[in-house]
Amino acid sequence: MRAVFTRIASTVAATAAAAGTLVPASVYAAGAVDGAVQKQATNVSAIVMFLVFVLFTLGITYWAARRTKSAKDFYAAGGGITGFQNGLAIAGDYMSAASFLGIAGLVYANGFDGLIYSVGFLVGWPLVLFLIAERLRNLGKYTFADVASYRFKQTPIRTLSACGSLATVTFYLIAQMVGAGKLIQLLFGLDYMVAVIIVGVLMIGYVTFGGMLATTWVQIIKAVLLLSGASFMAFMILAKFGFSPEAMFKAAVDVHPKGVAIMSPGAFVSDPVDTISLGLTLMFGTAGLPHILMRFFTVSDAKEARKSVFYATGFIGYFYILTFIIGFGAIVLILGKDANGAYPFLTAAPAEGVKAAVASVIGGTNMAAIHTAHAVGGDLFFGFISAVAFATILAVVAGLTLAGASAVSHDLYASVFARGRVNEADEIRVSKITTVVIGIVSILLGIAFENQNVAFMVGLAFAIAASTNFPVLLMSMFWGKMTTRGAVMGGAIGLISACVMIALGPTVWKAVLGHPTAIIGYANPGVFSIVLAFAGIWFFSITDNSAQAEKERRDFEDQYVRSQTGLGAEGASAH
Amino acid sequence: MSQSAQRIVNNPKFQELVAKRSAFAWTLSIAMLVIYFGFILLVAFGKEFLGTPIGSGVTTWGMPIGIFTILSAFILTGIYVRRANGEFDELNRQILEETK
Repeated sequence: MRAVFTRIASTVAATAAAAGTLVPASVYAAGAVDGAVQKQATNVSAIVMFLVFVLFTLGITYWAARRTKSAKDFYAAGGGITGFQNGLAIAGDYMSAASFLGIAGLVYANGFDGLIYSVGFLVGWPLVLFLIAERLRNLGKYTFADVASYRFKQTPIRTLSACGSLATVTFYLIAQMVGAGKLIQLLFGLDYMVAVIIVGVLMIGYVTFGGMLATTWVQIIKAVLLLSGASFMAFMILAKFGFSPEAMFKAAVDVHPKGVAIMSPGAFVSDPVDTISLGLTLMFGTAGLPHILMRFFTVSDAKEARKSVFYATGFIGYFYILTFIIGFGAIVLILGKDANGAYPFLTAAPAEGVKAAVASVIGGTNMAAIHTAHAVGGDLFFGFISAVAFATILAVVAGLTLAGASAVSHDLYASVFARGRVNEADEIRVSKITTVVIGIVSILLGIAFENQNVAFMVGLAFAIAASTNFPVLLMSMFWGKMTTRGAVMGGAIGLISACVMIALGPTVWKAVLGHPTAIIGYANPGVFSIVLAFAGIWFFSITDNSAQAEKERRDFEDQYVRSQTGLGAEGASAH
Repeated sequence: MSQSAQRIVNNPKFQELVAKRSAFAWTLSIAMLVIYFGFILLVAFGKEFLGTPIGSGVTTWGMPIGIFTILSAFILTGIYVRRANGEFDELNRQILEETK
């Protein structure tokens, strides 16, 4: 199995460059498998285990397809998912393969700084619970646009929300597809194009035939597999040190070239404004991701919606603690000698008396967790973790595709194009056609972006979610004086300012387009674009004196009562 | 406004529910923001402190503080769900019952 890790010099350089310069700009780089990779020898045990996963999930899809009849079944799994199941599914939606490998890789390369990154991705969840979850569940049906457009003119708000959703989903999908292709090349030894096509075809299959029910179970199974695998790794690592974190940290400090510096914050925070901006984007972006918001309609009521977030926060927080332990374990297991006095996971053994370089790990820093799996669990467990990484990608892209398809079929087709005069069968058909189209487009984009720098795209997706979806959704539920004009103007200002600032900022203008300096110095536009969006909503609402605006303000009370009490809310379907 | 919605708004229990639940949700939100941005500000301006070893070992103060931030997210959601699914939902049930 050692042959699997043949030398990949180019990746080492590329990933090390991404992880080494830890400014906030590159925080998302850790969330994507990036840089050129070389195809590996075919990994048979991983492929067999992955095939078992695929067969099993296709069986579930078949079962789900037979139960998916109405639009409510297709979009919301009939509203019959329990809070605990939904919590697992949300965790499955949120914990991407790239975040598992990326965070472990970050900790491996920089120690403590990896924790700052995990914390940012977690703290949005309590806010989702306190401010959004139950109101969303009480007001909505299938998509967050149902809530955002509740008392407003359908066409403009639905169109804006669908744009926000599709932009978020597309950028997120491209990053996932490119990451998937590279990862599978690295772990399974399959061609990049073959890998991207497999991911695309399977996700079309799950979503078209099984709808939300199949997607939910794929996410639940993946979450259980990933949490079990990561728990086993963390347990084995801690067991090596007699369950003493101090002993583990000591061993890591001894072999890491940065020494004791890995125990304290490093270069992660260079500019406080950028850092606060990043924090805001991560927090509010989480609360504006369409595929996550959609999950709240799969449970029967507000009570279960609250439980979902509680369990999801627990699973995600636990997962981030595990990746932190795995990252430190990786330092010891990769950079230290093994029982035979060799360095099996380095491209070259360091000279006597010199510490091994972080970047000399085979396959680059993103492979740190995978090598660690190999070190603690042998060939079979290594195959298992590789298969889990593949399954993880599938679960995430299936959720994204369903959210994108719903924005088109439920918001654009049923509400805007057909103005509500549409039967369920047609709406589901449009949704399925859209799923196939999104699948094909994302395969093509995945292939087109193979050699592009896509690390900024996850950041862009979060920025758009935080600056468009979140402000409009939040204000529609909390502020009775908001009007259609205010929502559309504010949302559009947020969308445009987030995109423009990222395009002119260091992540795109400098890193992607190759200009020597960025026009805008901040990598994270959040603090500006989010504030602009809220200000826009406020200004264009209070200056709106139309009759329509008066009616919208009067209708708030009804909406308010429903959002607080669930009076008239969508229930679970009968079966 | 619909009749049932009007009846609910006029119910003092509804006013009580909304006031209590909002205050609770905002308090917990602010607690989360303070903890998170407190952590980020420490990372930005308190590197020395976070990098100080606890006792004689290599484990620094940053480690338990970081882990505490993660745990606090989970604990705060737990506190909210416990009260919302118990006390608040019971009040909500009574309101809907009285509206029928």
